[in-house]
Amino acid sequence: MVTEYKEGAAGTEYSKRDFKVVGTRPPRPDGVDKVTGRALFGADLTAPGMLHATILRSPHAHARIVSIDISGALALDGVKAVVTSNDFVKQGSSGNQDTLDNCMARGKVFYDGHAVAAVAAVSVKVANEALKLIKVEYEVLPHVTDVDAGMLDSAPVLHEGRKFRNIPEGNNANVSGYWEFGHGDTDAGFAKADIIVERSFKTAATHQGYIEPHATLATMGPDGRGEIWACTQGHYMVRDMAAAFVGMDTSQLRVTPSEIGGGFGGKTTVYLEPVALALAKKSGRPVKMVMTREEVFRASGPTTSSSTDVKIGMTKDGRITAGQAKLRYQGGAYPNITAMLGAMTAFAAYDLDAVQTLAWNVLTNRPKQAAYRAPGAPMAIYAVESVVDELCQKLDLDPIDVRLMNAAKKGTLSSYGPTFDEIGLVATLEAAKAHPHYAAPLGPNQGRGVSCGFWFNFAGNTSVSMGINEDGTVSVIEGNPDIGGSRASISMMAAEELGIPFDKVRTIVGDTNSIGFNDVTDGSRVTFSVGLATIKAARAAIKNMCGRAAQVWGIDADAVDWVDGAAVPMGHNAGEFPPMTLAEIAKDSAKTGGPIAGHHEVNADGAGVSFGVHLVDVEVDPETGFTEIKRYTVFQDAGKAIHPDYVEGQMQGGAVQGIGWALNEEYIYGEDGKLQNAGFLDYRIPVASDLPMIDAVILEIPNPGHPYGVRGVGETGIVPPLAAVANGVSHAAGVRMTELPMSPPRILAAIDGAK
Amino acid sequence: MRFETPSTVQEAVKLLNDSSGITRILAGGTDVLVQLRLKLVEPELIVDIKHIDAMRDITAEDGGFRIGAAVSGAEMGEHADLVALWPGVVEAMELVGSTQVQGRATLAGNLCNASPAADSVPAMVAANAVATIVGPNGTRECPVVEIPVGPSKTSLGKGEIITSIYLPTRPENSGDAYLRFIPRTEMDIAVSSAGVNLTIDSDGVVTQARVALGAVAPTVVVVDDAAKAIIGTKLDDDAVNALQAACSAACSPIDDKRGTVEFRTKTAGVMAKRAALIAYSRAGGSK
Amino acid sequence: MSKIHVSTSINGDAVEYLCDPSETLLDVLRNRVGLTGAKEGCGSGDCGACSVELDGRLVCSCLVLAAEAEGKEVSTVEGLADGDKLHILQQKMLEHAALQCGICTPGILVAAKALLEKNPDPTETEVRYWLAGNLCRCTGYDKIIRAVMDAAAEMRGA
Repeated sequence: MVTEYKEGAAGTEYSKRDFKVVGTRPPRPDGVDKVTGRALFGADLTAPGMLHATILRSPHAHARIVSIDISGALALDGVKAVVTSNDFVKQGSSGNQDTLDNCMARGKVFYDGHAVAAVAAVSVKVANEALKLIKVEYEVLPHVTDVDAGMLDSAPVLHEGRKFRNIPEGNNANVSGYWEFGHGDTDAGFAKADIIVERSFKTAATHQGYIEPHATLATMGPDGRGEIWACTQGHYMVRDMAAAFVGMDTSQLRVTPSEIGGGFGGKTTVYLEPVALALAKKSGRPVKMVMTREEVFRASGPTTSSSTDVKIGMTKDGRITAGQAKLRYQGGAYPNITAMLGAMTAFAAYDLDAVQTLAWNVLTNRPKQAAYRAPGAPMAIYAVESVVDELCQKLDLDPIDVRLMNAAKKGTLSSYGPTFDEIGLVATLEAAKAHPHYAAPLGPNQGRGVSCGFWFNFAGNTSVSMGINEDGTVSVIEGNPDIGGSRASISMMAAEELGIPFDKVRTIVGDTNSIGFNDVTDGSRVTFSVGLATIKAARAAIKNMCGRAAQVWGIDADAVDWVDGAAVPMGHNAGEFPPMTLAEIAKDSAKTGGPIAGHHEVNADGAGVSFGVHLVDVEVDPETGFTEIKRYTVFQDAGKAIHPDYVEGQMQGGAVQGIGWALNEEYIYGEDGKLQNAGFLDYRIPVASDLPMIDAVILEIPNPGHPYGVRGVGETGIVPPLAAVANGVSHAAGVRMTELPMSPPRILAAIDGAK
Repeated sequence: MRFETPSTVQEAVKLLNDSSGITRILAGGTDVLVQLRLKLVEPELIVDIKHIDAMRDITAEDGGFRIGAAVSGAEMGEHADLVALWPGVVEAMELVGSTQVQGRATLAGNLCNASPAADSVPAMVAANAVATIVGPNGTRECPVVEIPVGPSKTSLGKGEIITSIYLPTRPENSGDAYLRFIPRTEMDIAVSSAGVNLTIDSDGVVTQARVALGAVAPTVVVVDDAAKAIIGTKLDDDAVNALQAACSAACSPIDDKRGTVEFRTKTAGVMAKRAALIAYSRAGGSK
Repeated sequence: MSKIHVSTSINGDAVEYLCDPSETLLDVLRNRVGLTGAKEGCGSGDCGACSVELDGRLVCSCLVLAAEAEGKEVSTVEGLADGDKLHILQQKMLEHAALQCGICTPGILVAAKALLEKNPDPTETEVRYWLAGNLCRCTGYDKIIRAVMDAAAEMRGA
């Protein structure tokens, strides 16, 4: 669930300070469990009496479900329950109904792999045998999988009779969303340009590619109380959705997040959890469900594919006079707003007088898309940064100088509406320009590519609680599954604020009963929002502890300060008392008023955008089109890097996902509308031998909206690689790749075509 | 499904021959288990041959090497003398899958899986490897090139097992090499591939050559014209270009998610050219 | 289909189990023996998350039938540490922050251990090619490679 972008807070939170813990690199608290195999992921839990469930999936890309006969499955020895869409509660709002229908098809199947029924049995083997005995009668319908084909008048309509809001005349019934952003007069802007480049681009759907398939274990007692264990980026979201779909109060359902084996946005929704819960309810036994790798590809959200037209005008000396983009995205069979995000981010790096972006989302017979790291931005910025590079080449101007000339800064009216506060784009561009990579010599068949990247970062609903223990240690509970090392960063911020050593703090991710609501771990929000809430919870605890010291000393609470982990009298007038440490105050807490805790709940704001710049050197084999990444450097503004190792990790990981997207990853559909490469053999993510070291340079331009200046960093890293690699290939081989992935056959065809 | 672990070849042959349903021989299992998992095959019987003596051995024989059907790619790579004699065959086998797959996959298994894109086969064919087969009617020998007859189909009869593959001796100043084109650097099925085996004389002139292409036809293609193009030469540019052209001309690949006809045809020629140059240098030739 | 009785050794301990002929070693480790360190990322030998050593040889346990473990030695990630003393590879993975979500980590550790047993002084390229069968989606491999090379150096006493 994407939270709406809000204008950043007016710089009220940040204050400069000398950090003692923040910025160091302590070992992560969950690390030992993960290197010893002790950590429990989604599929690692079992329960006594547990059943195994599997799903019957549509073999058709588009069909009406005429009838489903589950009697054969029910009669099989060892089968304990079967569910179809009849076992779920219709949702009022269309957004959640779409998610429910995606979990279990209702009336129609919309893609090859769409879930139609599920069976819980004593073993996976028996469950799969039972699936074969379910008789489904389909009326096969024509299908469409391509984004542009989906917009034609002749395209088969997916959701007959469904009306979407704000769709202009002239668009067919598959267009589920339309958005416009921009300001200024682009016609006048283009008229001022000395040179205009117009190009069209296509990108394929890519999958988040987490190595851990979706997995869950659900139980439901006869008293209607349920428990879910799941690998998810948002256990509160799982609770709310699963409870609503099955028809129970959220208070009766407790969800515990497992360790999560990768998400990148793809685990911010539900697929198996409501189904497992419904089966648990029907069978009266715990039900475990684990997706196979094939199911992960066929039936869990990839990102959208895109078809974009970009037009940019530039003066001879490199000033952009106007920018325009038309973005057509398809995200499968249900509506989504990714195209809107693409339209918002496309020109975000630039300070423009005239800019316009138009975006459409089209429905197609493909799996329902899910967020993938900066959703919508990579494909949009790939197109824009490719055109900027082409303009630089035509005008023989340095690509970083041109970007510096046009860079968004504090005070820039962004292309998507808000005015920027302090941002780090110029700093990252200057760092890239000054870096040895930029001046390194290139060999034959090699070329260097540059691209900017951007992501807004979200804040959102957050709750944190911390208890001050009698031995002077601190237990923090937060509600956001840890996908990047955030528990370490949260502990560090708590330790920093409280003035105690890092190893005195333990942060856990609690279940949905432990603390107030939390939005999913997405939008690069955790270090920012949970950090903010943690700091404020710590301040609440500090206020409490100062009050206790004041009580002991017999002075006003206002006269007590907190310094280096201890309460001290503020100034001589307050009295000469030796400091009382956190441990001392905690030890006496029963006598001074009871247990000491701090908590904070907020719908946080002021996340602060993160800009990045990537440099890549590629070598293209002119006889085969094979592209080798020779050198890669990532520059990104982190605001304040709480734990630099984890910030580097996000930068490197995002960059490599982007490299895979640029070079080899794609969803391949046949004429029959079925996915042809539902496995890691033919869905080709980068392997260790494909890559060099990824150098990471962290810049810190503090975010005014966070006490320590933190900006989210997790998503920006995937945005620049697509254009950076394409621009590198252009310089290495003299060909402009406008279709991704730029796999060897495409590059070779372009090279041969240019001869 | 039954799982049997015979300790002699005869036992294994009898088990296979007596079965009326689908059977699978289990050596490394890196193809069989994937097929089981994807439910591409539901065999009634699996025969594990790894408990049969001699199936696990690499033995020197008449100047060449006999490689048991249960020898893994990793074991082949660790055998210094085998690597020295047939570096191309070993490097081809070592490209099959990951390090983990290497720890299990076998030459005989790669051959009998009969994928048009099998990595070891073009190199074995270029090396004139010969398979020894034991069946209900006794023992026979068969050139490796005659084993695969189409995608996933071999010429083996019911109850027949390959027990070993023989890589022959070779004259002095010989070298072989195998190259394949894949879109990443590892972990992909070959899009096109070439095995080249050649011998040169003391002047560096090629006296014998054999060129075999993979992934460009239902089975491996032996390109006599490519061999002829380099015999009698020192692999000058004209000879090598002629070899490349002959290879591209010999391709009849398919379009699929791994490669187009055009791309396979073009890159097969490039792989063959580059493999020839490596084989030449291994034979002691210098350019 | 009747079950097969298997006697094997896992991380130095004698272990017995009953399994179906079609069960893989990965299935049995996770579902019957209670060792969930090896993970199923793909079930087809393409990701390496299930890596174990079988008689000292690095393999994907999803590509080994459970019945094949009879009489053999299986080494999993759970056997790397010596009680509460972490193996150098495990320490280096933590020091270099070479894991994020950690799902690929057990497979990487077993694979790296197998590499260093065979080649105590690998180059960066050799490490990368050896680990090509261990997919990681979070880290981009950089810190993993650094951790393995650092561990190799320390194990060599360099």
